[in-house]
Amino acid sequence: MTILVIAEHDNKALAPATLNTVAAAAKIGGDVHVLVAGQGAGAVAEAAAKIAGVAKVLLADNAAYAHQLPENVAPLVAELGKGYSHILAAATSNGKNILPRVAAALDVDQISEIISVESADTFKRPIYAGNAIATVQSTAAVKVITVRATGFDPVAAEGGSAAVEAVGAAHDAGISSFVGEELAKSDRPELTAAKIVVSGGRGMQNGDNFKHLYALADKLGAAVGASRAAVDAGFVPNDMQVGQTGKIVAPQLYIAVGISGAIQHLAGMKDSKVIVAINKDEEAPIFQVADYGLVADLFEAIPELEKLV
Amino acid sequence: MKILVAVKRVVDYNVKIRVKADNSGVDLTNVKMSMNPFCEIAVEEAVRLKEKGVATEIVVVSIGPTTAQEQLRTALALGADRAILVESAEDLTSLAVAKLLKAVVDKEQPQLVILGKQAIDNDNNQTGQMLAALSGYGQGTFASKVDISGDSVAVTREVDGGAQTVSLKLPAIVTTDLRLNEPRYASLPNIMKAKKKPLEVLTPDALGVSTASTNKTVKVEAPAARSAGIKVKSVAELVEKLKNEAKVI
Repeated sequence: MTILVIAEHDNKALAPATLNTVAAAAKIGGDVHVLVAGQGAGAVAEAAAKIAGVAKVLLADNAAYAHQLPENVAPLVAELGKGYSHILAAATSNGKNILPRVAAALDVDQISEIISVESADTFKRPIYAGNAIATVQSTAAVKVITVRATGFDPVAAEGGSAAVEAVGAAHDAGISSFVGEELAKSDRPELTAAKIVVSGGRGMQNGDNFKHLYALADKLGAAVGASRAAVDAGFVPNDMQVGQTGKIVAPQLYIAVGISGAIQHLAGMKDSKVIVAINKDEEAPIFQVADYGLVADLFEAIPELEKLV
Repeated sequence: MKILVAVKRVVDYNVKIRVKADNSGVDLTNVKMSMNPFCEIAVEEAVRLKEKGVATEIVVVSIGPTTAQEQLRTALALGADRAILVESAEDLTSLAVAKLLKAVVDKEQPQLVILGKQAIDNDNNQTGQMLAALSGYGQGTFASKVDISGDSVAVTREVDGGAQTVSLKLPAIVTTDLRLNEPRYASLPNIMKAKKKPLEVLTPDALGVSTASTNKTVKVEAPAARSAGIKVKSVAELVEKLKNEAKVI
């Protein structure tokens, strides 16, 4: 068995989610190859070659792959993937965008967002916003799978010494083009990889009040997240949303501030090791999953908490 | 242009689901069913494009049991012109659904197909991408803005670090994210009018599509329950617990 892992990157740096995906591949067993598709992504391929347990890195460096448009990348992955037993990608916005297109091109069903590997053909994944866990078996010749990063501890980024092999194939479907992007800038840790996450909800009342959470987060070295209510109300940008339709996090500590705890929010954070809820409504559903609950006005509790940690 | 919108009948998003005792699946008997929230956003976007004069006809399609006609009638009440139900009692995979939709696309020849980004039951997030692959069209997934001009569509997409805009040649596939729009409610007169709009029923056999799958669900379990937590009295006590008991800060 040989497994192809699609690297998650921005042409400059390898994203940490790749390490969790390689960890899932290691659980399946067999040789692990990593595909870096991009433009000017040589440094990413070198970083991928150093990942512990990676046997080979394929580098497809071409202008057509610069922004990883699925119309161009999916045919490349499908072509290379025919020789593999499994194709894995992280369940990031890129992975989710590209991999189903690969699966359809190979005429196989995909398994999305696995959280555990039971055997080489059987996997567990959450359904119904994480309220049920399905065990799914695949009979496909090539198993196409996205991996939920929080389900797997990352492998070491150093220690490997794989060879980098250039792939010449250039697929340019010519039906899509990149226009532009607006990326949110943040000096705090990345939400999905942070050890501590502080999240605010509708109870924050406005965007300005999030400064209290940022102050607390900076003291804790934490990332800041939000509920859908806070995003929809325009308090914070939507890439901060934690939940079924936002990001899935599983930090050591999750502090939910002014968040009631709707099913869709819990889907994104209930695998956190320790959950703290701060809410003035003692009936809020968030207290049912919180390890430590504090019924208090967040505008008093958060500054005090910041002082004490 | 003609727009095709795919909608799915799913368990209502407010329902707290229960896993069946024999672990064969989720218990859906006597549970409230609705249109998948992302599909509502897809219908709304199509209706807005029609109101702007960009779209001339909206065809809404669902693949599922006879009862999915309810969701098609809802879409008709919201502004779709006619409906197609591909009737299948089986629980189909995303690939099978994508193949059936491809057959409908071949038949209807829409310029734009709008789907939700994921259904809240299986949480797969696959069908739109698979349909795009099968039809050879470009895909604008997780769309928060759709702008049609001439023979192309600019789609602003919600990505991990922010937003990205791509331009796709028409015909194209778009999947909706939450912030694309705020779906409207159907008015009573429109619900009455929707009953008279055409609804065609097809079968996978009639479309010549095989729904065989390479995936099998072996078991469905309830997730591990979290042990009950405690309420602390003060911020000082909370910090003490986090430092000494949980040891996370």
